[in-house]
Amino acid sequence: MSALDYLQRLEAESIHIFREVVAECEKPVMLYSVGKDSSVMLHLARKAFAPAQPPFPLLQIASGWDFREMLEFRDATAKKYDLELLVYTNEEGERAGVKPWTHGAAYSDIMLTQALRQALDQYGFDAAFGGGRRDEEKSRAKERIFSFRSAQHRWDPKNQRPELWSLYNARKNRGESIRVFPLSNWTELDVWQYIHLQQVPIVPLYLAKPRPVVRRDGRLIMVDDERLPLAASDRVETLSVRFRTLGCYPLTGATLSTADDLPAVIGEMLATKTSEREGRGVDKDGAASMEKRKQEGYF
Amino acid sequence: MVGGKRSGGAGLVAGDIEEYLRRHKAKSLLRFITCGSVDDGKSSLIGRLLYESKMIFEDQFAALRDDSKKVGTRGGELDFALLVDGLAAEREQGITIDVAYRFFTTEKRKFIVADTPGHEQYTRNMVTGASTADLAVILIDARKGVLTQTRRHSYLAALLGIRHIVVAVNKMDLVGYSQEVFDTIERDYRDFAHQIKLEAITCIPVSAVVGDNITSRSTLTPWYSGPQLLEHLESVAVPDLAEGAAFRMPVQWVNRPNAEFRGFAGLIASGVVRRGDALRVLPSGRTSTVARVLNSEGEALLGRAGESVTLTLADEIDVSRGDVLAAADAPPAVANQFEATIVWMHDEPLLQGRAYLLKLGTKTVIATVAPIKYRVNVNTMEHLAAKKLDLNDIGVCGLELSTAIAFEPYSDSRVLGGFILIDRLTNNTVGAGLLHFALRRSQNVHWQALDVNKRARALLSHQKPCILWFTGLSGAGKSTIANLVEKQLHADGRHTYLLDGDNVRHGLNKDLGFTDEARVENIRRVAEVARLMVDSGLIVMVSFISPFRSERRMARALVEAGEFIEVFVDTPLAQAEARDVKGLYKKARRGELKNFTGIDSPYEAPEDPEIRLDTTRLTSEAAASRVIAYLREADIIDVGYDPGI
Repeated sequence: MSALDYLQRLEAESIHIFREVVAECEKPVMLYSVGKDSSVMLHLARKAFAPAQPPFPLLQIASGWDFREMLEFRDATAKKYDLELLVYTNEEGERAGVKPWTHGAAYSDIMLTQALRQALDQYGFDAAFGGGRRDEEKSRAKERIFSFRSAQHRWDPKNQRPELWSLYNARKNRGESIRVFPLSNWTELDVWQYIHLQQVPIVPLYLAKPRPVVRRDGRLIMVDDERLPLAASDRVETLSVRFRTLGCYPLTGATLSTADDLPAVIGEMLATKTSEREGRGVDKDGAASMEKRKQEGYF
Repeated sequence: MVGGKRSGGAGLVAGDIEEYLRRHKAKSLLRFITCGSVDDGKSSLIGRLLYESKMIFEDQFAALRDDSKKVGTRGGELDFALLVDGLAAEREQGITIDVAYRFFTTEKRKFIVADTPGHEQYTRNMVTGASTADLAVILIDARKGVLTQTRRHSYLAALLGIRHIVVAVNKMDLVGYSQEVFDTIERDYRDFAHQIKLEAITCIPVSAVVGDNITSRSTLTPWYSGPQLLEHLESVAVPDLAEGAAFRMPVQWVNRPNAEFRGFAGLIASGVVRRGDALRVLPSGRTSTVARVLNSEGEALLGRAGESVTLTLADEIDVSRGDVLAAADAPPAVANQFEATIVWMHDEPLLQGRAYLLKLGTKTVIATVAPIKYRVNVNTMEHLAAKKLDLNDIGVCGLELSTAIAFEPYSDSRVLGGFILIDRLTNNTVGAGLLHFALRRSQNVHWQALDVNKRARALLSHQKPCILWFTGLSGAGKSTIANLVEKQLHADGRHTYLLDGDNVRHGLNKDLGFTDEARVENIRRVAEVARLMVDSGLIVMVSFISPFRSERRMARALVEAGEFIEVFVDTPLAQAEARDVKGLYKKARRGELKNFTGIDSPYEAPEDPEIRLDTTRLTSEAAASRVIAYLREADIIDVGYDPGI
């Protein structure tokens, strides 16, 4: 009998976390962003409660600018596993015409952060699973696995509960909630390796294929539908690209790539020279921006 | 990738990836903590390790270069500490203030590093980081030598069961790479470590800033022949002992998708479980055999330490969250009184006699802190007398739980011996603890030596018995306030009883009327009952008009000094009459009630009550809080009863 390898240990830890939340919280929900981390989370959640179904719904915050393939994948996944799927959009923001290119940094605040808070309040969820990993970013490295939020959804990095051994304190008063990160101790490589080993389904956008793109501020933006405003000088090219992270398509830069299967993607990842978040537009406003957004309730 | 190839990953062609992944998957994991005093260079050391193990991406490197110029402490040179000092607040202050977890991989191992703070007030974070670590890297500034913090952190590492210590004597560049300096520090440290029974110690002279002996041997320390830091971290053996131990699994969740399936889900703390194994459920002691083992891949033959599984049993026996499933022939002990070490982690001190929630494994129970045996001075390892533990204090004390639980000594099992304490009002995690052994009366000389008397009973209930004597006019609010006080005391886990004038007159005193003689006898009987209750260890609330000073004095004389607390519920007659909740004043005014206090029978207000509650200014709630505050000040509650007196 060989010892458990570290991926098996990570898997066991994540399953333990899912079960603690379900045992101790009244109304959990899983934040389902449709990305690769969400795919792994869902895979682990299904294992944690088998042969029962995961005893919580999935919640997707739809900004209205998600890649079409993400929405198709989302609906197909919910249908395939017979899961309850909640989709929430900040309708006020939508009516006000908040678009990725009209409101700058306020866009993601209104359509993602605010929307998430509204959704959590509306349904009264007291615990929400998120796919955040500590290796992603400096302020995430300090996040607890069970991260306490005030009734205003605020995170107070100076006043976090000590988290020892595998003992999680899920107790809270009415209105307060916790964000739970079952993948806290996973790295990007671990996630990819697990997807590969377990054949976890992921959105095809992670694999390279010829896609229509335009160049914006040094990034390749995919022309996912006709709503992307194109200037006369814009030239739509069809290039073999893939995405390292997924979000709103007008804000997510594609990577030139020919990696059309998982080993090739992992090979590119190992050789890559930039960190995962670099492709995301929202993180560009200074080193402390992530921490600030988290304090405000972003995942 | 900056600094070269990243773990051999770059430049791989697709065909090699599968092979790379196989090798990567087979790597073992080492979790370690870094600790040391402020400015010893912890963050620099981790930043250096990340950099040298090629974990820094180009965009991160560019940010580091910018940040080093803007806020660096190295005069524009690369400041590796900036790679790991995450939170904006601490970047401004230049110190690390919370636990940060870092990940890096080398050809041989995967690492998770907990960067834990050096400042004294943040010891709780160090304990947090240490709780999951296999090894500790303790930094010592070569210019300063072994400091108070070094001792504290080493003691905590030993306490939390870390067996491997690396002493990184840092800033060797600032002492001219002096062997003498290094040798002195090593000798000092080993002397100290020996006292706290730390055995596996490796001392390495390094400079995190310059890079000496971090990932390659420094030419500036030719006198040093031991391993460099990374080499040591990659090769040190940290065997996992859990798998060889007897089977234990705290039950997390009962899985009941339908009537046919009833599974018990949990993470196996130790040992191996197979189909057909005989198991015992604790604390109930019932037994059954394993029918099915389900692991993350489905039906399995066995489950082992570290795996999350779901077990079904052959018999329909009662098992719920918080129970422990264990090998039937080698079950853990069950007890409800323990000796434990507690590390206090909150601004509000831990108090003897106060009740907290205790979570151990998957079980949460109420725990009352029995007398604190001693507090540890972490500089001298001296044992000091203490009645409370302040933030970052470490003490050994007795614990009494509301329910018996299955447990193992922390030295045998982190899972069944480590616990957290949670404040019942704020839900904060306020302390962490390690169970050592169960206390039985026979093992506790203190308790055994006492006759079963008032003090002994009080010791068991962790409160000082007393009488709270509420006196005042009819309708003043005595019973309302007494009731609120009792509710609060009860919520705090106190043993109380409320003797209410009206209620007692329905039974014990139903033969008595309202003449002066009858009133005296009424009070005498109640005072005697209250005295018996004090003797039994209770906090007794007496809510009686008790109009005469002499009877109140008589009641006071029945018990010991300090045990009688007179609470004057001070309401002017006009106001009590205006309220007239029971309509009694009206009756009395109409002459239908004789000898009614305040109307045709006198009320002698207390001259010097312990507590005076002015109900024209205080709400009932505020009045009750005032009483609770008094009890706290008078050491009746919250500060334990000292058995030594």
